[in-house]
Amino acid sequence: MLEAIFEEFFARYNFWTAVLIIFIGIYAAIAKNNLLKKLLGLNLLQTGIFLFFISLGDIGNLQTLGIGDATPPIIWRTAEEKGYMYANPLPHVLMLTGIVVSAATTCVALALLVRIYKEYGTIEEDKILEIEALRGD
Amino acid sequence: MIDTFVEQFPILIVTTGVFSAFTILVSGIFSRKIGYYILLFVTAIHFMMSIAILNYVISFGRIHYWIGGWRPPWGIEYVVDHLNAYVLVVILFLSFLSVVFAKRSVEKEIDEKKHPTFYTVMQLLIAGCCGVVVTGDVFNLFVLAEVASLATYALIAIAGGKALRASFTYLILGSIAICFYLLGIGFLYAVTGTLNMIDMRLLLQNIYDNKMVQVAFALVVVGLGIKAAVFPLHTWQPDAYTYAPSAVTLIMSTVVAKTFVYALIRIVFSVFTVNFLQKYINAWELVSWLAAVTIIVGSILAFRQYNIKRMLAYSSIVNVAYIMLGISMFYSYWGLSGALANILNHAVAKGCAFAAIGAIIYKTGLKDVRYYSGLAKKMPYTCGAFLISALTLIGIPPLAGFVTKFYLMLGCLEVKNYTMLAVILLGSLLTLAYFWRVVEEMYFKSVEDENTHGNAEERFNEAPITMLAPTMLLAILCIALGIYWLTSIPLEIIDKMIASMGVILK
Amino acid sequence: MKEQKRDVIVEMTSKKILPIILTFGLYVMVGTEGAGGGFQGGCIIAAAFILYAVVFGIQKGRTKMPESWNTFFTSLGLYLYCGCGLLAIIASLFVAEFLNYSAFWPLTNLFGPYEARALQVEFVVEVGIGITVFAAFVSMFYDLAWKDEDEAEDDEEVMEC
Repeated sequence: MLEAIFEEFFARYNFWTAVLIIFIGIYAAIAKNNLLKKLLGLNLLQTGIFLFFISLGDIGNLQTLGIGDATPPIIWRTAEEKGYMYANPLPHVLMLTGIVVSAATTCVALALLVRIYKEYGTIEEDKILEIEALRGD
Repeated sequence: MIDTFVEQFPILIVTTGVFSAFTILVSGIFSRKIGYYILLFVTAIHFMMSIAILNYVISFGRIHYWIGGWRPPWGIEYVVDHLNAYVLVVILFLSFLSVVFAKRSVEKEIDEKKHPTFYTVMQLLIAGCCGVVVTGDVFNLFVLAEVASLATYALIAIAGGKALRASFTYLILGSIAICFYLLGIGFLYAVTGTLNMIDMRLLLQNIYDNKMVQVAFALVVVGLGIKAAVFPLHTWQPDAYTYAPSAVTLIMSTVVAKTFVYALIRIVFSVFTVNFLQKYINAWELVSWLAAVTIIVGSILAFRQYNIKRMLAYSSIVNVAYIMLGISMFYSYWGLSGALANILNHAVAKGCAFAAIGAIIYKTGLKDVRYYSGLAKKMPYTCGAFLISALTLIGIPPLAGFVTKFYLMLGCLEVKNYTMLAVILLGSLLTLAYFWRVVEEMYFKSVEDENTHGNAEERFNEAPITMLAPTMLLAILCIALGIYWLTSIPLEIIDKMIASMGVILK
Repeated sequence: MKEQKRDVIVEMTSKKILPIILTFGLYVMVGTEGAGGGFQGGCIIAAAFILYAVVFGIQKGRTKMPESWNTFFTSLGLYLYCGCGLLAIIASLFVAEFLNYSAFWPLTNLFGPYEARALQVEFVVEVGIGITVFAAFVSMFYDLAWKDEDEAEDDEEVMEC
């Protein structure tokens, strides 16, 4: 039983890691009190999704420790080598765009954090709410 | 010749939008005034283009546009059918009015140094929303939705103070939402190997039982649901609407909200089909019950608010719930018609309400309902427009909001769901309750304060024409649209929209 | 402004290494065949500027690369990239699609459609993306660097990729 679970895990360990990172990210983005930690959680979440997408491009037979035998599409191989495959480059390109979007999001969030710190003197959410309650509407 | 000319318009709206955004940014180096006029001009041109697109689509059928000349399953494709063209016209019309409205409001609320940046970001927001509407590629939708969302975060935060915290909350929730969406399309890509909506729809037809597809559906619906502020996922919305500058609240409540509702409808009905939904009908029972709970609870929450913008924000949540209720009755013709009609009706009515409130805040600085007594004498036209929009949102017969509720009720009768019929009627009553409070303060409370006894000029203190004109136009549209829907001419277009969503009803 | 402590080794090293970084960035941007590299090259060039600002102080960095230049370069890159796509539409009299470089008639007639596409992707579009990315990242760095006297603008640049 335990062996089967381990086998399942190691067969697709990149996907399991992606899931783990995504869960940690969502937890941090929702539950943390510090706004910067929330942002870090968000970045983790995005990174997990990038890992998931990039793993999708890794095709081939998933027998040897989860790594497909497909090669990067820039390596030239002759036609005599039978049965070779190229890794799918499309998810990688998509994630390039995803990384750009993630960088833009992070930058806006950091700029907001700078403004919030100047406004309230803290980036702890409960303290910010306290200050807001004191200030009134 | 002229045909290919119009076929270029969907991409031209998006690209010239981005182009003009950066032109505004550069023009800010030389002059802080000119940016606004560039934005106004470009948005007006885009609005005319969108009407040309709608006209073309009605006469010639849908537009397929292959970017860069790459064929669909590989390249990005823009598809404009009846539903797209309709939503595009709605959002560009309302963004044009918002831009007209923005001038004076922004001059008062925002530091002059930031004006070029503000209009740049506003133009990016409009371009992003148009892109979300015209695209036919799920990943392109993600990128353009992020463009629109990032612009929204920056626009909310520009007000400073509490808006910063509201914007940050929205940023975190919105980014989580878009990540869910991205994960969902990742699952779909893993099982189908395509990102094109039409291609994906065809390939998904045989694998509805796959667990991956079902999880992807849940992820996409939750992701876009957060963006569209569907009930249990709405928590960012009241704060964001309340603390944003008036012009931003106007454009968010109409353009951005409708864009994401459109995206939800598009993905649910055009990528996952009605066949898929019918297999998992229990989930949709849940959605309709959630919508019912929202209509009741949201109205009660709106009733408890004294801040007028927050009250209208809760009212927006309730109206999205009406759309969801219509969608959840996907096997009924009238339910879907109600949902589609509400995209336009709610945008016009809520735009009118927020514009009127923006004008009132511009003139008096009052955000609390309890201080609105005697305002109708001071600002008769603005208050009149607000009254009309309130009556529309309540659903008084010849007005536009009545049509939505009438269609939804017909839908309930069609599927014999009498509970929802009662919920819609109760929702109307509750809407009456919370809007009546405001109208009563405005019209029927006399002013006893000594400091309002000024001269005649001070008593009659109407908003400037650039704010009043959009408000009045929207108020007139509330009436005109109601009569237009009731003539049942637009039902023909609604038939075609439902067909273009891929829903085939008996 | 208080006197900043200077470190000779760091300053000399970065002075020697900066041209190399810039050249490498340019190589990544246009030196490869085909599409790709604009974003990465722009990032590397931006990194060179950020290194300069970190080593020699943010004030000196701001004088070398003023805010208005950033604004101008951000827009210039976008004009190059987006304008190239729009010119394809205009030059073909609204027949070809946006970004369809092979229909860009003067180049197409001179070199043939595939070469026209390759030339534009390599030398116009990638450079456009690179300039935008570089200016946007430098602008982000200056905005996030702590400004006491005036407020940091929360101006986000959305890159097209």
